[in-house]
Amino acid sequence: MSSIGTGYDLTTTTFSPDGKIFQVDYAQKAIDNSGTAIGIRCKDGVVLGVEKLVISKMLVEGSNRRIFSCDLHAGIATSGLAADGRQIVNRARAEAANFKNFFGDAIPGEVLCDRIASYKHLFTLYGTRPYGVGTLLAVYDEEGPQLYQIEASGVGMRYFGTAVGKGRQGAKTEIERLKLSEMTCREGVLAVAKIIYQVHDDAKDKAFELELSWVCDESQRRHERVPADLHATAETAAKAALEDDDDD
Amino acid sequence: MDFIRNNQSQSPDTGTTIIGVAYEGGIVIGCDTRVSIGNYINNRTSDKITPLAENVFLARSGSAPDTQLVADYVRHLVHQHVMEIGRDPDVKTVANLAMQIVYNNKGVNHGQGLCAAMVCAGWDKHNGGQVFAMPIGGTLLPVPWAIDGSGSTFIWGFMDAEYREGMTRAETEVFCIKAISLAMARDASSGGMVRLVTVDKDGATRRLVTHEEMEPFYEELDLRKVRDGSGGVALGI
Repeated sequence: MSSIGTGYDLTTTTFSPDGKIFQVDYAQKAIDNSGTAIGIRCKDGVVLGVEKLVISKMLVEGSNRRIFSCDLHAGIATSGLAADGRQIVNRARAEAANFKNFFGDAIPGEVLCDRIASYKHLFTLYGTRPYGVGTLLAVYDEEGPQLYQIEASGVGMRYFGTAVGKGRQGAKTEIERLKLSEMTCREGVLAVAKIIYQVHDDAKDKAFELELSWVCDESQRRHERVPADLHATAETAAKAALEDDDDD
Repeated sequence: MDFIRNNQSQSPDTGTTIIGVAYEGGIVIGCDTRVSIGNYINNRTSDKITPLAENVFLARSGSAPDTQLVADYVRHLVHQHVMEIGRDPDVKTVANLAMQIVYNNKGVNHGQGLCAAMVCAGWDKHNGGQVFAMPIGGTLLPVPWAIDGSGSTFIWGFMDAEYREGMTRAETEVFCIKAISLAMARDASSGGMVRLVTVDKDGATRRLVTHEEMEPFYEELDLRKVRDGSGGVALGI
């Protein structure tokens, strides 16, 4: 970044002369350099997938998860700084519980997205630094299945399909080729696994763990990890597809 | 004027009959129009049905100021909620807000805490027409029909015997008018006219039922006959 050292990046309270908050841009960089996270909205629910880069072969499988539930009907996939991500999930859980306590019903996806976005946005105005986290929010409420993405800047938007992290460019191109409105979540899981394997850069990052979750009719509209057998099927199919591509 | 002076410390009581009935596709909520302190009638044409949202209504009985205050708070909260979600609220959500206020402000002794017994009913696109009973103390329960107020004690038998599933909108309105007018005939602190609000997918409709349209019961004067000079006393159902 050409502006490094110009002094406009020391705090979020200073604009650069061309109107940027550099601390927010840096937070976005933290996200762009982390493992890919994908979300797609199918006709009967939402599927989330994360390429969790494994820092050590000694790491116990399933530790340091990147996908969390924040209410029965809502789940979050984070990319970027893992510890920042957990803080966001804690906030989302508190918002969801508080809403249910006050209004007597589950928090709608749109409202939860707004609350998380507002929270992140606070740190682009006050405090120490913005959160270095990209958030994918999957919700299935009375209005149907919804997918949201909340950026470090505090912008929250609704998507049919989206991706964040290292492989986002390639992943988005692949998602665009899917027929999401005709696809069930069971098919979606296979597609997400395939895309994650496809965009994974074996040269730079060796080991990774595939995390998959969904919130759909098949899971009684609850956000859950994808059943082990389907997870295994998806992973095998993804690896097979990758080898086929290599052969071509 | 002793009867007034003696009751000066008391606030108006909506010694009342209120009712809410759900039917396929909507709800009817109704009340009488009498407000009294003791045996003095402050208002014979009052409106005890308060809108909490475009699609949700509250029938109030108990202390008039207490229930008005609860309704005002709920309207305030619902307004903010509607701005946030950008559509009409769910009936369940609105009823829950009213319940929270009643529950968190109940008092053990007389004079402390709220005296509010209400019926909350409305229609939303997720769950259709719904009626919630909200008696004193902060209980909240979804029911096919609910009655409350001093007059309600006189019509439990009528409700149990005559309510049936699958009534149409018109049948439900007639059912509510009959229930309230029966209570008004027997209960000294219920009387005047009947107010109804019907809510369905197309919105809310208000209706005021005067004596001209109502059937007299027991020894009530038939105002229709009194007016045209043939007047007499009704001899029962």
